[in-house]
Amino acid sequence: MPSVTYISATGSETAVAGFAGDSVMETAVRNGVPGIVAECGGSLSCATCHVFVCADSVFDPMQELEDDMLDGTAIDREPNSRLSCQLTLRDADIRVTTPETQV
Amino acid sequence: MRIGTLIIGACQAGVQLACSLRELGDTEPIVLVGEEPHAPYQRPPLSKAFLKGQATADSLTFRTHEFYAEHRIELVTRERIVSIKRDSTGGVATAESGRRFEFARLALTTGAVPRQIPFDGSELEGVSYLRTATDAALLEQRLQTAQNVVVVGGGFIGLEVAAGARAAGKTVTVLEAAPRLVGRAVSEATSAFYLAAHRRRGTRVVLNAQVTRFLGQHDRVTGVELASGDVIEADVVLIGVGVIARTELAEQLGLAVDNGIVVDASARCSDGLTVAAGDCANLPNPSLTPGGIERLRLESVQNAIEQAKVAAATLLGLPAEYSTVPWFWSDQADLKLQIAGLSGGHDQVVLRGDPESEKFSVLYYRAGWLIAADCVNRPLDFIAVRALLHSGQHLPAAQAGDLSLPLKKLVASALETAPAVPVLLGK
Repeated sequence: MPSVTYISATGSETAVAGFAGDSVMETAVRNGVPGIVAECGGSLSCATCHVFVCADSVFDPMQELEDDMLDGTAIDREPNSRLSCQLTLRDADIRVTTPETQV
Repeated sequence: MRIGTLIIGACQAGVQLACSLRELGDTEPIVLVGEEPHAPYQRPPLSKAFLKGQATADSLTFRTHEFYAEHRIELVTRERIVSIKRDSTGGVATAESGRRFEFARLALTTGAVPRQIPFDGSELEGVSYLRTATDAALLEQRLQTAQNVVVVGGGFIGLEVAAGARAAGKTVTVLEAAPRLVGRAVSEATSAFYLAAHRRRGTRVVLNAQVTRFLGQHDRVTGVELASGDVIEADVVLIGVGVIARTELAEQLGLAVDNGIVVDASARCSDGLTVAAGDCANLPNPSLTPGGIERLRLESVQNAIEQAKVAAATLLGLPAEYSTVPWFWSDQADLKLQIAGLSGGHDQVVLRGDPESEKFSVLYYRAGWLIAADCVNRPLDFIAVRALLHSGQHLPAAQAGDLSLPLKKLVASALETAPAVPVLLGK
C-alpha cells in the first residue's frame, strides 16, 4: 500500500495509507485530510483539489482539460501544480503540498 | 443513550453536517442514520462512471469507516425513520424496525425521490428509475443485455444515461414532453445545442413527446407508446423526470413545507429548532439579485455541502447565513457542461464561441449585469464567471463574446464601464 503524505501550507504533515488505483484526492477526502475540497468528486469540474507535487513523486502527464482548469485555481498555479483527482496512486509513496485555500 | 445531534439522511449533506459539527468543536454524540445498505457515497457518478462499470458504491464512499469511528460519528444504515416527535428540549425518532433514537438536536437531510409517472405498464420489468446505488446497479445490469434503450425525460440524468448508452453502442431514444431539452436548467440556446449534439452522436430525440403507456410481454417491457400512436421498441426504459423532496418527517413535525422543507438563510425550519439541508430544503435564494427568484430548491453537490455547513453552525448556536453562487455540472459523452449562477429572469444572452465547435459559453445578463453562464467544454470561462459573480464585478456584455480576450482579463478592466445601478449584489 503506497503511503500518501499531505503537507499543509503551514508545513504540518498528514500521512495516510492509500490504495493503488485510487486518486490522491479520493485518498485525502475519505480520510478527512484538510486542504483538499473536491466539490465535484473528481470529475474535473471545480478545480478545488489543487496540490503541488513534491519533486520525488511521479505521476502520469496531465491532459488538456486539467491544464485548462489549473489556470482557474484559487491559489495561482506553479510548475508542479496538479489537480489531485487526476493523480492515480501506484505502488510508490507520494508527497504533495496543499495550497492555503481551494475556494 | 441520548444523542446530541440526530441527522436523518446519510447522504452528501448529512455527512457534511456531521463533519462540520465536529470541526466546529461539538463533542456530543452524533448519529447519522440512513435507509440505504451502503455507507454514504457520491451520487453524481451513478449516471456516469457507475453505468460504465468504472465505479461501485464502495469506490464512491465519502469517508472510511475509520474516519467515522475516529470522529465519533455513529453511522446507522438500513434504518428508515418513520415517525418523529419533538419539543424544544429534544425528541425521539422511531425507525420502521422499531429502533428508537432519542435526540437533543435534529437535522433533516432527507433528500428527494424520483418523480414517478403512473403510466400503464410502469410495473414491467425493465422500467427503471435512478437515484441510489441500488438503482444504478440494477440499471447497469439491465443495460448490459439491452439493445434498445428509451429514456423518458430530457433532463441531466436522462441525457447522461442516454449518452453513456449510446457510446456503448445501444439504440437510444430520448422522449421529452417539453419543446426543448433541460428546460428547467438552461436557456434555449443551450437546449438547442444539446439537441443537435445528441442527434449528431446518433441518439434519437423526440420533443413534445407524450407517453401514453409502456408495453410489455411476459412482464418485461418491450416498448413505449406515444400519443401519436408511434411505438418505440425498448428493452430498458429509464424514467428521469425530476425529483420530489422528501418532506414526510417534516410534515409530522408540523414544519412548514412548500416544494421542500421551508428553511431560512441559516437552514432553520419553521419551528426555529430543527435544521434542514440539501435537496430536501426550500431555501431563500443564496445569490438573490433584484428580479431573481426568491425561494427555490437547489439540487446540487455544492448546495448540499454549503448549506449543511450553515446548518451545523446553526445547531450549535453560531451565527451563519448561506450566501453563495450556485453551480452545477453535467457530463454527457465528451461534453462537459458547467453552470455558474442562476439564469432565471435574464433579459440578454451573449454567445461566446461557436456551438458548432462544441466549445462555447452562453452568458446571461439582467439589466446589464452578468447573472449566470452555461459553459460547454470551456472550463476557464466557467471559473472566470464564477469568480466574477462571487466578487460582484462587472463584465460588459459588449465585449463578453470576444474569444480573443480571456474573460479573466475583461473582468479586471471592466469596472469603469459598469451600469449606473449595481443590480448584482456580490458576496
